[in-house]
Amino acid sequence: MNSASHYLDQFFFLALPYVAFFTFFFVTIERYRNRKFTYSSLSSQFLENQQHFWGLVPLHYGILVVLAGHIVAFLIPREVLWWNSKPLRLYILEGSALVFAILAAVGLIAAMIRRASVAKIRRVTTPLDWVLLALLLYQILTGIEVAIRYPWGSSWFATSASPYLWSLLRFSPDLSYITPLPGSVKLHIVNAYLLILLFPFTRLVHILVIPNPYLWRKPQVVRWYRPPAGA
Amino acid sequence: MNVRSQVSMVFHLDKCIGCHTCSIACKNIWTDRKGAEYMWWNNVETKPGTGFPTAWEDQEKYNGGWACEDGNLRLKSTSKTKTVFNIFHHPNMPTMDDYYEPWTYDYQHLFNAPEGPDQPTAVPISMVTGELINIKAGPNWDDDLGGSPIYAENDPNLRGLTEQQRQQLFAVERLVFFYFPRICNHCLNPSCVASCPSGALYKRGEDGIVLLDQNRCRAWRACVAACPYKKTFFNWSTDKSEKCILCYPRLETGQAPACFHSCVGRIRYLGVLLYDASRIEEVAKRPAEELVEAQRSLILDPHDPAVIAAARSGGIHDSVIESAQRSPVYKFVKEWKIALPPHIEFRTLPMLFYVPPMAPVMADLDSGTVKNVSGGLFHDIEEARVPTRFLANLLGAGNEGKVRYALRKQKAVRWYRRALTVGDVTHAEAAEMLAQADCSPEEAEAIYRLTSLCTFDDRFVIPPMHREEAIEMLADPLEHKQSTGFGFLTGPRRGL
Ligand code: SF4
Ligand code: SF4
Repeated sequence: MNSASHYLDQFFFLALPYVAFFTFFFVTIERYRNRKFTYSSLSSQFLENQQHFWGLVPLHYGILVVLAGHIVAFLIPREVLWWNSKPLRLYILEGSALVFAILAAVGLIAAMIRRASVAKIRRVTTPLDWVLLALLLYQILTGIEVAIRYPWGSSWFATSASPYLWSLLRFSPDLSYITPLPGSVKLHIVNAYLLILLFPFTRLVHILVIPNPYLWRKPQVVRWYRPPAGA
Repeated sequence: MNVRSQVSMVFHLDKCIGCHTCSIACKNIWTDRKGAEYMWWNNVETKPGTGFPTAWEDQEKYNGGWACEDGNLRLKSTSKTKTVFNIFHHPNMPTMDDYYEPWTYDYQHLFNAPEGPDQPTAVPISMVTGELINIKAGPNWDDDLGGSPIYAENDPNLRGLTEQQRQQLFAVERLVFFYFPRICNHCLNPSCVASCPSGALYKRGEDGIVLLDQNRCRAWRACVAACPYKKTFFNWSTDKSEKCILCYPRLETGQAPACFHSCVGRIRYLGVLLYDASRIEEVAKRPAEELVEAQRSLILDPHDPAVIAAARSGGIHDSVIESAQRSPVYKFVKEWKIALPPHIEFRTLPMLFYVPPMAPVMADLDSGTVKNVSGGLFHDIEEARVPTRFLANLLGAGNEGKVRYALRKQKAVRWYRRALTVGDVTHAEAAEMLAQADCSPEEAEAIYRLTSLCTFDDRFVIPPMHREEAIEMLADPLEHKQSTGFGFLTGPRRGL
C-alpha cells in the first residue's frame, strides 16, 4: 500500500469521523442551550403547497427507511448476514432498499426544483441550504450506485462498515475493514461524515426534536407560575 | 369543582363602526415585522362576507376545530397517529394565497425615474419576493361589500337559509351588512394547543391566555390547521407560528389590550370569568344546539360563597375573585344572556362573546317611498333584514332561540329608554315589551348604562395579575423576564 493513500485513509476514516462526531455533539448541544429558537424544521409549506407534497413526502419516507436499514445493519450485523445467506432474501432486501433510495432521490430532486423555481421559496433558501441539498443528493446517488453495482452491499455493511464503526466507537479504530472497499463505497462513507459535520449548523437539527412526547401527553397544556395543589 | 379564572371578552356588534382602528393598533404594536406583514391578529370582517383568511368558517375546506363522534372528542385535522404521517406535509395547511401576499410600493421609482412623457408611478412590490406583483387580494378586500356575489354570497353562514331569506339579504334596495371584529378567542378547549406536536402552545393557568412558546415551536404547522378561527398564523420569515397574545404585557401592567383600548365604537369589554375546569370536556361534547347553554353553565357565579371558597382553595387570589364580581363580561354573558360565543359548534369553547347586532329597522319600499312596517311588538326582529337564521349560524351554533332572546331584550331596552326620554312609546307598552323579553326595568337600566354610557373603567375590569407573586423566590427576575415576559434577549434569528 502506498503511503499517500494510507494517509488519505487515515484522514478520511479516522480523523474526519472523530471531528465530525465531536462537532455534531458539541454544536447541537450548544445550539440547543443557547439558540433554542433556531431549532426548527423551517417548513416552507405555507408559501407553496402542491410541489411541497411531491417533494417532501417521498424524500422523508425514502430517507427514513434507508436510514433505518443502515442503523439495523450497524446494530445487528449478524442477523443481517444470516438473512442475506439466501440469495433470494438478499435480493429482496437490496431491492426494497433500492426502491426507497430512489423514492428519496426523486423527492429530493423535486424539492430542489421547487426551491430553485418558486420565487417565494427562493426567498427563504440560504446558501447553506443548497450545500446541504447537494450533499444529500450526492449521498443518495452514491448509495444508489453502490446498490446497483454491488448488490450485496448490505452484507458488506454488516461485515465491514459495522465492525469499523464499532471500532471507532470503542476508540480503538481499525481501518483494515474499510481500506479494501471500492471507491464509490468510500465516497459514500466520507460524504456521510461531511453530512454529520454539517448537521448541527443546518436545518437538519429538526430531526433531533421530533415531537415524540405528543404521542403520550394529554391534549391540553396548561402552564402555571405556581401550580395550585392538584393541578 | 375545579375553579379557574379566565380573562374573557365581549364585543358589542351593534356598536362597531368598522373603522379598523383596532386592527391598526394591533399591527403597529405586534405584527409590523418581516414575516408577519400579512398577519392580522385583530381583523374586522364585513358580514355577510368570506372573511380572513378566505372562507375560514368553512371547515369542510380547512378542517379546523373538534368533532364529536361516539362520545369522543377528536381534532378534525390531526390525531396522535396522523401526526406521525402529517409531519412532513400537513394536508390541512392553508397557504399564503388563502390570506394574501403582502406588498409595498416601489416609492424610490418616483424619485429615480428618468425624465419621460409620463408621470412615474410607484408599482406594487411583493414583500416576500421583492418582485413586481399583480395584486389579487389584500386585507379587507371585501370591506363593506355586503351584497357582493363574490364575497357576501359565499359566506358559509348562509347555509340553511331559505330562498326568501337570501333574497331578503341580497335584494339591491335592501342590502345590509354588519361588522365582525375578531381576535383569538383564548378558548377553554383550544384546538391549537391540543394539536401542537411540540407542546409549544399552552394556556396560562392563572388567566387563561393562550400563548405560543417561540422557543419550542418547530414549524410543524399543526396549530394553523387546527384553529377553526384561523387565529394562529405562520411567520414565513422566522418559520414559527404566532398568535394574538391578548397584549399580556399590557394586561400585567393594568392596561387594556391595544385593540380594546383604541376601540372607537367602545364595543369591547374585558373582565374575569370564573369557570369549572373539571367540566370542560363534558361540555365540549354536548350536541350542537345545547352548546351555548352548556358553556354558560360552566361559568360560575363569583358571588356564590361555595364558588368563592373553591376558588380560594384553587389558589385564585382574593383580588381576582373581587375583579370577577365586577366583570362586565359576566353580566353580558351570564346575567343578561345577550352575548353569544362565535361558532361554538367548533367545540373549542371560545371565551370571546358577541352581542348580536340589531338588524336595521325593517323597511319596505312602497311605490318609491320607504315605510316602516310594524305589526306586533317584536315583529321587526322576526322580519329583520339580517335573518336570525344567519346570526344563529354565526353566534348560536344554529340555535335561533338564543339569538332571538338577545335581540328581543336589546329591543325592549331601547323602547324602554324611548318611553323614558323620547316619549313616543307609552310606559305600558315598554313595560309589556320588557316583560316579554324577560327583562326587569333595573336590568334594562343596567344594560343601557353599560352599553351607552360606559367609561374605560366600566368596560375594562382588569384583574391584578400578581406577577410579583409569580416570580417571588422562584427565579431570577431577569431570567424570568426572558422566558415568559418580554421575549428575546437576542434578536429572533431564524435557523439556517
Ligand atoms: S381561537 Fe384558535 S388560536 Fe385562539 S385559543 Fe381558540 S383555537 Fe387557539
Ligand atoms: S376599533 Fe372598535 S369600532 Fe372600530 S372596527 Fe375595531 S371594534 Fe369596530
